[in-house]
Amino acid sequence: MNITNLFKLAISSLFRNKMRTLLTMLGIIIGIASVIAMVSLGQASTKNVQSELSSMGSNMIMIMPARQMRGGVNMGNASSKSLDENDLKSLKNNTVYVAKVSPMVATSKQLVYGSNNHPCSINGVSEDYLDIRKYSLKSGIMFSEEDVKRYAKVCVIGQTVVNELFTNGEDPIGQVVRFGSIPMTVIGVLAPKGQNQMGEDQDNIVFAPYTTIQKRFSGINYFNMIFASATSEEESEMAATEITYILRSNHGIKTGSNDDFEIRTQEELVSSINSINKMLTMLLAAIASISLIVGGIGIMNIMYVTVTERTKEIGLRMAIGARNSDIKMQFLTESIILSLIGGIIGIFFGLILSYGVSKLLNWPFVISQKAIVISFLVCAFTGIFFGWYPAKKAANMDPISALRYE
Amino acid sequence: MSNEILKIEKLERVFRVGSEDVHALRGVSFTVQSGEFVSIMGTSGSGKSTLLNILGCLDTPSSGEYIIDGVSVKSLSKNELSELRNRKIGFVFQNYNLLARTTALENVELPLIYNKDVPAKERRDRAVAALRLVGLEERMDHTPNQLSGGQQQRVAIARALVNDPVIILADEATGNLDTKTSYEIMSLFQDLHGQGKTIAFVTHEPDIANFTTRKICLRDGQIIEDKPIVPLSAIKALEEISKMPTE
Ligand SMILES: Nc1ncnc2c1ncn2[C@@H]1O[C@H](COP(=O)(O)OP(=O)(O)OP(=O)(O)O)[C@@H](O)[C@H]1O
Ligand SMILES: [Mg+2]
Repeated sequence: MNITNLFKLAISSLFRNKMRTLLTMLGIIIGIASVIAMVSLGQASTKNVQSELSSMGSNMIMIMPARQMRGGVNMGNASSKSLDENDLKSLKNNTVYVAKVSPMVATSKQLVYGSNNHPCSINGVSEDYLDIRKYSLKSGIMFSEEDVKRYAKVCVIGQTVVNELFTNGEDPIGQVVRFGSIPMTVIGVLAPKGQNQMGEDQDNIVFAPYTTIQKRFSGINYFNMIFASATSEEESEMAATEITYILRSNHGIKTGSNDDFEIRTQEELVSSINSINKMLTMLLAAIASISLIVGGIGIMNIMYVTVTERTKEIGLRMAIGARNSDIKMQFLTESIILSLIGGIIGIFFGLILSYGVSKLLNWPFVISQKAIVISFLVCAFTGIFFGWYPAKKAANMDPISALRYE
Repeated sequence: MSNEILKIEKLERVFRVGSEDVHALRGVSFTVQSGEFVSIMGTSGSGKSTLLNILGCLDTPSSGEYIIDGVSVKSLSKNELSELRNRKIGFVFQNYNLLARTTALENVELPLIYNKDVPAKERRDRAVAALRLVGLEERMDHTPNQLSGGQQQRVAIARALVNDPVIILADEATGNLDTKTSYEIMSLFQDLHGQGKTIAFVTHEPDIANFTTRKICLRDGQIIEDKPIVPLSAIKALEEISKMPTE
């Protein structure tokens, strides 16, 4: 019996029991649809996180002091004073793969303007910080290198701060805001960035020259962190190596001793979040695939029923010259078609489902071609695996007793 | 000129039921020549069906020799037996065994699907020709539940003819039919016999056996009688019963 005949035969026998065929397929449809939806949504979420992360900065590299252990007690990163002006200069002047560098000194103050006040964290940075972190200005200007040199009392503020302080709708540019007791002039307003992946408001921020923060607010001469950007994404790794080399030599660290700083590249962050996301996706897909197995068992069950129901037909076919393999292929084809058609419908519904959810969560809609191809193969496999035993049972029937079966 | 279509020698068939042996056939031997119309008679349980199943290569004898169309069946593999059934044997059953919800034409085409020597485009023509032979050309699109018992049996006979087998094996082919329809079917078999077909026909009704050319009688798995007879005409028998008053 050739493929065309097998195919025709399977289709016509599936059509003969439309309702049963549909219900059997439903198991596969649900299984495949949930696997497709889970994988697509997982990938959409990854893509979403990736775009969030890339908005965090451009090929960003974060350098922070290493955690200090004192008598076995973790003192945290901030306890270290290892990063200073000297490091900043070296990173600016002696590197090839580092495009921009900005230190960061963080503090927080109550901001007062007129009768409004608002608690806010203030980041002391250099003029390059906006580029490194992909911030842009909505109005006004960023402070200059000159402002940094002379500890200028100027600042650039985020949209949330504007909303909190300038409630009468006045233009913040040129206004003086008191940071505790120190008056600072607003010279720029940042374009809104919204919430980050952790749900933090990225617009509730104030940037001021780092020197101003060091000298006028905190009275320190080290940095909490240094931000740098690599010349390109591919060169992040090399930039990190370069930075490590420079800082070690600056800090006089001997070979074999540990760094007194830590370096995180944006790439690392992306890949670690990606791997977490991947694991989650796999987990969800694994759970979804359980329903696929249940669907497969449904096929097996129905195929057993079909084979028993058609015992007489099997006997007749054998009597008129069907080989055992013909009979086996007949039922195997039926179960494969059953699960493949179920799979195609399932893929369709899975895509619709993930499209709906992506739209709801404002995620990008991702069609995972890999998941579709794999689902297709899984369906074929399900059809063969769960159709095998019923088909074998049919093929091994004794024609005489099959013909007598009532 | 007549040649040997099948030959059996000292055929035995023993069924093991629990711890007991049931001897369904105890040494049956005969040969059938091309163009013979053989009836196999016997009481219930005498081994007729068992014999026919072996002749049809659906069952294998416990011992003895069976040669069909020059081929010794003993040496054949399962697949070769399937092919042999497909090409050399046409079965007709008591309960027709047509596929439900499948047209007469498709039912008749069925054996050709398993014959890879018949191209797909030839199938339909051959099936139509076989249906014409049994006088059901106009009913080829009807499904079994739209046909009478006699018509269904005609479709089954067309199905048995379609691969042009060397022998047609019929087991109680008239068993489910009334007298008149039985005679019509026998008249069809006589036509086919007239066209040179070889037929082995199992029945337990003596009047049906009278339409054949040779009577083999079984009892307890052994041949008790095997003699050529002059067949009565089924057409004449039909005319006679149509003259009788219907009650
Ligand atoms: N599969 C089997 N297992 C055990 N015994 C069997 C089997 N098939 C047939 N027999 C036995 O073999 C003997 C012959 O049976 P068979 O069916 O050939 O009779 P038959 O002549 O066709 O009878 P009937 O006219 O009622 O159809 C019977 O005694 C039956 O019980
Ligand atoms: Mg019988």
